[in-house]
Amino acid sequence: MTVLLLAVAILLCSGFAALLAAASPRAATTLGAGGAVLACAAGLVASTPFLFGAPAQSLHHAWNVPYGSFFVEVDALAAFFLLPIFLLSALAAVYGAQYLLAWQGRKSLGAAWFFYNFLVASMVLVALAHNGVLFLVAWETMTLCSYFLVTFEHEQDAVRQAGWTYLVASHLGTAFLLAMFVLLGRGSGSLDFDHYSSPNAGALFLLALVGFGTKAGFMPLHVWLPEAHPAAPSHVSALMSGVMIKMGIYGLLRTLTFLGPPPPWWGWVLIGVGLTSGVLGVLFALAQHDLKRLLAYHSVENIGIIALGLGVGLLGVSGRSPVLAVLGFGGALLHVLNHALFKGLLFLGAGSVLHGAGTLEIDHLGGLAKRMPWTATTFLVGAVAISGLPPLNGFVSEFLIYLGALNGVTEHAGVAVPLLATIAGLALIGGLAAACFTKAYGVAFLGQPRTDHAAHAHEAGALMRWPMALLAAGCVLIGFCAPLALRPLAGAIHLLSGLPPQAITGQLAGAADPLRFVIAGSVALLALIAALAWLRRRLLAGRTVSQSITWDCGYAQPSARMQYTASSFAQPLITLFAPLLRTRRTLAPPEGYFPGATSLITATPDAARIALYEPAFSGVGWVLARLRWLQHGRIQLYVLYIALTLLVLLVWKLG
Amino acid sequence: MQATSFLQILFALLFAPLMLGVINRTKAWFAGRRGQPLLQAYYDLYKLLRKGAVYSRTTTWVFRAGPVVGLSAVLIAMTLVPLGRQPAPLAFPGDFILLAYLLGLMRFFTVAAALDTGSSFEAMGASRDVTFSALAEPALLLGLAVVARQTASLSLSGMYAGMALETWRQAGPVSALVAAALMVVLLAENARLPVDDPNTHLELTMIHEVMVLDHGGPDLAFILYAAALKLWVFAALLVGLVLPLRTGHAWLDVAAALGGIFAVAVAVGVVESSMARLRLLRVPQLLVGAGALVALALILTLR
Repeated sequence: MTVLLLAVAILLCSGFAALLAAASPRAATTLGAGGAVLACAAGLVASTPFLFGAPAQSLHHAWNVPYGSFFVEVDALAAFFLLPIFLLSALAAVYGAQYLLAWQGRKSLGAAWFFYNFLVASMVLVALAHNGVLFLVAWETMTLCSYFLVTFEHEQDAVRQAGWTYLVASHLGTAFLLAMFVLLGRGSGSLDFDHYSSPNAGALFLLALVGFGTKAGFMPLHVWLPEAHPAAPSHVSALMSGVMIKMGIYGLLRTLTFLGPPPPWWGWVLIGVGLTSGVLGVLFALAQHDLKRLLAYHSVENIGIIALGLGVGLLGVSGRSPVLAVLGFGGALLHVLNHALFKGLLFLGAGSVLHGAGTLEIDHLGGLAKRMPWTATTFLVGAVAISGLPPLNGFVSEFLIYLGALNGVTEHAGVAVPLLATIAGLALIGGLAAACFTKAYGVAFLGQPRTDHAAHAHEAGALMRWPMALLAAGCVLIGFCAPLALRPLAGAIHLLSGLPPQAITGQLAGAADPLRFVIAGSVALLALIAALAWLRRRLLAGRTVSQSITWDCGYAQPSARMQYTASSFAQPLITLFAPLLRTRRTLAPPEGYFPGATSLITATPDAARIALYEPAFSGVGWVLARLRWLQHGRIQLYVLYIALTLLVLLVWKLG
Repeated sequence: MQATSFLQILFALLFAPLMLGVINRTKAWFAGRRGQPLLQAYYDLYKLLRKGAVYSRTTTWVFRAGPVVGLSAVLIAMTLVPLGRQPAPLAFPGDFILLAYLLGLMRFFTVAAALDTGSSFEAMGASRDVTFSALAEPALLLGLAVVARQTASLSLSGMYAGMALETWRQAGPVSALVAAALMVVLLAENARLPVDDPNTHLELTMIHEVMVLDHGGPDLAFILYAAALKLWVFAALLVGLVLPLRTGHAWLDVAAALGGIFAVAVAVGVVESSMARLRLLRVPQLLVGAGALVALALILTLR
């Protein structure tokens, strides 16, 4: 515990130090990034034992804030979320140290590191806090720090807009959380987590779902996500997408531990939310042209997969089926970690593309694999992992959720419908994710460069390459050591499901058996790949192997611009799901015998934003505009308002 | 038991290309031609394996990795599929999920290799391939989940060992619906008519063939062999479901399953001879239709 708080202190101090040293970008970077790495290393060492059965530790101090107390506790659930926070924060800090230098002289790097380190510290505190007020303070600090990081390039209009959307969405979410904590603490008169009673658990669950779901990015509460992630600097996007939105999942899980035994409809709701977020998230990702926006929608998809796992787990708890509970929660938790690894990797890769090629428009890229081999290879690992394909980590967590759902389908007739929907949903999401990432990887990194930017792209520096390589190694490692990755889950599953530890260990051991077979298959796969590659090399040795142009089907003058674009690649699926996506096309077709310039512009704005929020917010704006006659700028009348208010208060008090 | 498990791998490795010959011979018979020799696929493989190769200057290592990863993935997938009632060498709860995702890995790298050439034609085929397979995947996994529920087993080997004449007698419509859906998935995933015409000569209309236009020599041999094995995998999935013949003799069962696999090849030939190719816009409807069949089967099992 002490070491964890020390890590928070290091983060805060190094953040201030970076701010003070803002005059020298190098000093600010060294202090900020160095402090973050040091603190994360310390935190990682301190929090790991709690994953392997160390008893929870807590610290309770009085705090002179009403209902507040400095009550922090680290248990298995908190420790499991601290793991990706520390891992990714450290790697993203190393990456950012080089990435941000491109802005030196134009931007205050000291401020950027100040907010970065405070963001990490506030996430750690969110995971540790065991008092409602402390939690909300940490939660708000997290939101505000990330807001300032999102608006790093605030001179751009789009970035300011994105920051604004993020701020509004986050605070609406927090409003629900405020209501939830007030309701939770009403019975006992204390906001400490161990005093909560939950008379109306259903309402509290819904408040938590909306409040935390806004941060996590459940559809349709996700509107801020595709705006804010692309606007932020890439290492911040990686951190936000990789771990910050998971704090929403953490909050929801923590709340579930207060609410007592869940009724089945909670599981149904989460599976419904998961299916909506998962399928719509990946579909909107397919329709995007901007690499980081595409990745942001994939975060919505992966949050959907996590919600599916949680839904399966909740059905298991309510239906008293340990196998469902353990595999559902286990798959969801492992996916939290896995998503942090591969999404962090992909956002860092996107940052390298922006850094090296100067654009994130997929249709302006191409052929980057030759100019940026490190970025291309690690991005490929991330793409395979996020598509849930073996032998990497994404498959392991999805496999656990599948296995849980299948166990439920064969054993429990009552919950077969949502579980079969989970299976079908996961299959559809998997297929669409593979389509989306072959598009993103294939068009951006393979083929020929479509523009000069792409043709003159350069590889990222060493400090940017190593974090990506380490994250890619993490994806491979979890893929091949899957049974070992199950052990740290046991403590968190115990807190969530209330099952006895022996039952959980037994179920996890049961799940480890098929995973061992999966790994046997994966090892055999790698061996076969090596053997076939060797065979191919042997066969081609000594024969004529020549180089030529790509077969162009007889066309004599192909150019790089005639390559298939990302938009054309995704077009069949976009057309198929047009009623959901509502892609806007602006076509200037070729006309006449000697057609001039023609153009086709497609854009897929967020459906929820357009159909739900814009009407709602403009409605609110309209209503408030009715009150504008009160604001006319005449001082005398304002003084009259004050006098009238005082008079009314006086009458009310006396009468 | 163990012997038959490993022998069935040998059978698949040896006889998979023969399926292509059987399909071609069936089609030739319908058209009143003599057709290619039954062993044509073997001659092609032999010829290709002895050739050199030409690589496009646009390509990277991804292009060369595509066929290797594809063949490796389908070889592993093959070890998961039981032949009739004989268990597969690798059988564990949830193995059919690994099967579906290994085929997904094969597709990922085939598509990536196609995009690596920078050719519009190949990318067009790749785009169609990912579209159709994204729709076929739910039908496949949900269909197998129905069988899992029917037989109360989570591994393919257990499921197919549990499929007996009794299962068909009790819940015939369910199995028939799943089998129909599996047949559609087989045709779509293996680029056969009515989804894709393997004999077409126009790059614009192809799906699978156009993705591998630039591959030659041993690479193309790997791709051809992988395609034959993939067809075998799906045929074995279908045969295990529709041929619940249990003689009690392992060898007779294996022989019956082998016969069944070639019967599937004949069936594919019959479908290809009697149907035109669907317009590309109609293919999603066919695949969603397969999904609807599975959904109907589900409703029947949940009664």
